[in-house]
Amino acid sequence: MAFLELKGIRKSFDGVHALKGVDFTVEEGEVHGLVGENGSGKSTLMKIIAGVYTPDEGETYLDDRLVTDNSPFFSSVSGISVIYQDLSLFPNLTVVENIYMGKLVSDSGKIVNPKKYIQPAIDTLNGLGVAINPYDLVEMLPIAKQQIIAIARALTNKTRLLILDEPTTALTRKEILQLFEILGKLKEKGISFIFISHKLDEVLEICDRVTVLRDGDHIGTEPASSLGIEKIESMMLGKSLTFERKTSSGAKETEVLRLEKLTKKNNFADVSLTLKAGEIVGISGLLGSGRTELALALFGIAPADSGRIFINGRETRIDSVDAAVQRGIAYVPEDRLQQGLVMDHSIGDNIVLATQDDYVRKMRLIDRRAMRVTSERWIRDLGIKTDSAKKSARVLSGGNQQKVVVAKWLAMKPTILILDSPTVGIDVGAKSALYETIRDSARNGMAILMISDEMPELLSNCDRIYVMRNGRMIREFDAQKIGESDLRNALELSGTTSFSGVGV
Amino acid sequence: MRRYFFNRHEWFLVGVLVVLSAVITCINPSFLSFENITDLLKSFTVLGIFSLGMFMVIVSGGFDISFTAIAQAAQYAVVALLMFRWASIGDIWVAIFLAVLFGLVLGCVNGAIIHFFKIPPIMVTIATQNLYYGIMYVITKGDLIHDIPLYYREFSYARVIEFHRVDGAPYGLTLVTAIWIVLGIAAALFLKYTRLGRSIFALGGNRISAERIGFNICLTTIFVYGAMGAIAGLAAIVDVSIAGSVIPNSIVGKELQIIAAVILGGTAITGGKGSIQGTFLGVFLFAVLSNSLTLLKIPSYYYKVFTGLVILLAVAGNALQIKRQEGKKVRVQVDEIRAGGA
Repeated sequence: MAFLELKGIRKSFDGVHALKGVDFTVEEGEVHGLVGENGSGKSTLMKIIAGVYTPDEGETYLDDRLVTDNSPFFSSVSGISVIYQDLSLFPNLTVVENIYMGKLVSDSGKIVNPKKYIQPAIDTLNGLGVAINPYDLVEMLPIAKQQIIAIARALTNKTRLLILDEPTTALTRKEILQLFEILGKLKEKGISFIFISHKLDEVLEICDRVTVLRDGDHIGTEPASSLGIEKIESMMLGKSLTFERKTSSGAKETEVLRLEKLTKKNNFADVSLTLKAGEIVGISGLLGSGRTELALALFGIAPADSGRIFINGRETRIDSVDAAVQRGIAYVPEDRLQQGLVMDHSIGDNIVLATQDDYVRKMRLIDRRAMRVTSERWIRDLGIKTDSAKKSARVLSGGNQQKVVVAKWLAMKPTILILDSPTVGIDVGAKSALYETIRDSARNGMAILMISDEMPELLSNCDRIYVMRNGRMIREFDAQKIGESDLRNALELSGTTSFSGVGV
Repeated sequence: MRRYFFNRHEWFLVGVLVVLSAVITCINPSFLSFENITDLLKSFTVLGIFSLGMFMVIVSGGFDISFTAIAQAAQYAVVALLMFRWASIGDIWVAIFLAVLFGLVLGCVNGAIIHFFKIPPIMVTIATQNLYYGIMYVITKGDLIHDIPLYYREFSYARVIEFHRVDGAPYGLTLVTAIWIVLGIAAALFLKYTRLGRSIFALGGNRISAERIGFNICLTTIFVYGAMGAIAGLAAIVDVSIAGSVIPNSIVGKELQIIAAVILGGTAITGGKGSIQGTFLGVFLFAVLSNSLTLLKIPSYYYKVFTGLVILLAVAGNALQIKRQEGKKVRVQVDEIRAGGA
């Protein structure tokens, strides 16, 4: 029986059609995947189900009964819970308090007897089969456990449909499997899920059916078993997608970076690698493999404890960001919107932010004209979609904001550029423009370290790929001699950690 | 981590208090006498009452520096009204009632502005501090009020537990101190056992989550600032009964010390964390510090120097501990097997 049924849902904002007649059903005990590019209408649909938005047209049925007046309150008493990407937990409170907080709000009493709430909360947590100390503060726990707490909290409210928005982005592979196990258990109890994700392999792994949206249109709903990643991608894009592989390596002979047995306790151990001018080298690994920690050490944010770093053949120490920048290293972090962009500044000011010193003229005055010329050139080269460099960075879409951040660091003309997951969360169209820029920079002699777990991205851009697992370098590949399956195996294979080069 | 009566930071404060008291007692044994302790508590009662309201504001993720102006205005208004207009109903409890009401209204105004205009609390309360204090000055022209009715004095001398010295002079736990302590216990129970109390912690921990989960943010915000105002009204009457006259600039200017005591007690300035126990300890520490300087015959100018040092040490110690914890955090479970060829 269908728990939730939406028919012909339309919604527009200021004349922009976000949803153009979407049908959507969720059966009892089903995991229903919802996929689409950014701006395809996923979050609008989610908010309509949660009662945050009211559709302009269309009908909603719950248990085959027409819902006339949906609201956040109505949807929550009907058993619909949303777990947002930020989890919406209280970091300052204990695990149990977080779990019973929802119940506390919905109960009518003004006086709280914690005893009444603690035991059910602990029972719910135990029911999920995860070892979490109920009296730990939530802020002390890893994201994976926080996620489970968010699920437990939803369950205390007699949840029948749980909407998970990008639940696996911050989880390691092991943690994802644990999450899926929990979803499986709850599914058997008749709880349904809407699983929103851009990680298509995981969508296929956990979902029973998948609905694809594109530009607000309902492209189709198919059983997961009849779909493949390529099929979903072509439904999402309306065309099939292949990235052109890089054909020749632009690597020059000069070695700009060499690491020897770089180690940081509880972060990574014995990492050795080399990087030549003009070369794009990938560092791959799942979340929790130490890939980001390595980048943080190279950029001086969290310096390594031991090991040697050679830049341009000279041994050097990097113990602060300042030292890294002076040695010509630039770093574009994964969380670049938070760390990399001043939202209220104009696009142009953001681009020249890191290179302001270059525009200081006589009497310490700043040459605004030269600044504008530079920023306009970057806007053109990267295809940033705006009609003026003077607009605030806030008005750009996520993908274009990303390009602004990349432009900022490229404008510095670093010797070594470290990119952490450069295309996470941006659209396919924006991706190829970004790849082109990165390759261009390499052709001009920049050495690039690209951290990523997206295999097509690594294979089509890199000359060589290192694979990290559990804080160690386990393999090195020649990117042009391997396929996705080789890389996938190296990433996920547990077992021996022998270091073997393939074709290098 | 189960919540015990004292947490780590609070045990640290207890330790500092014990060591400090021991040292002072060795030098001047009269420190640990019941008489000295109760006198000391009495002289810090006003600060202590203020700190309870401030604690709730900071825990909710807010900030208030207008509360001393509220107290100042409430004190002046109530004392003057009960002397010159409504002398017939003049009584300490009427005074307290009126002052609390007065403070409640001004506090709610703060809360409402902060909530509805979404302006940072510090900006709003800087503005209202000037506004409330300024209006009071305009009306009163800064005149002092001497010869206030006897019931204020009697109020500050009333004792719950009374002893007599050999020379016949009474001493013991004063009523005002008892009111402070009872109010503190009531606040602790309120924060722990009511939905509104829990919502204050939730709001301070994560505002967006609190809103999403369905807490009434408007009510909570207006409540904390209103409570701060009401508490300021009470403190104002306690202050005037101890001081014996209305001095229009006696309270404004003390807000930073009160905020410091709350922070010293382990309350996170960012909200969401802290306890009433800690707030008491923060006030006690200030009290013992000031008293020790007196007993050790150190000139009172040094008091501010020591206050500054203590706050710096406490805050730096806390930051250091957080940094150390962060360093110990395992970010990656590094394989212990040595990689074969590398």
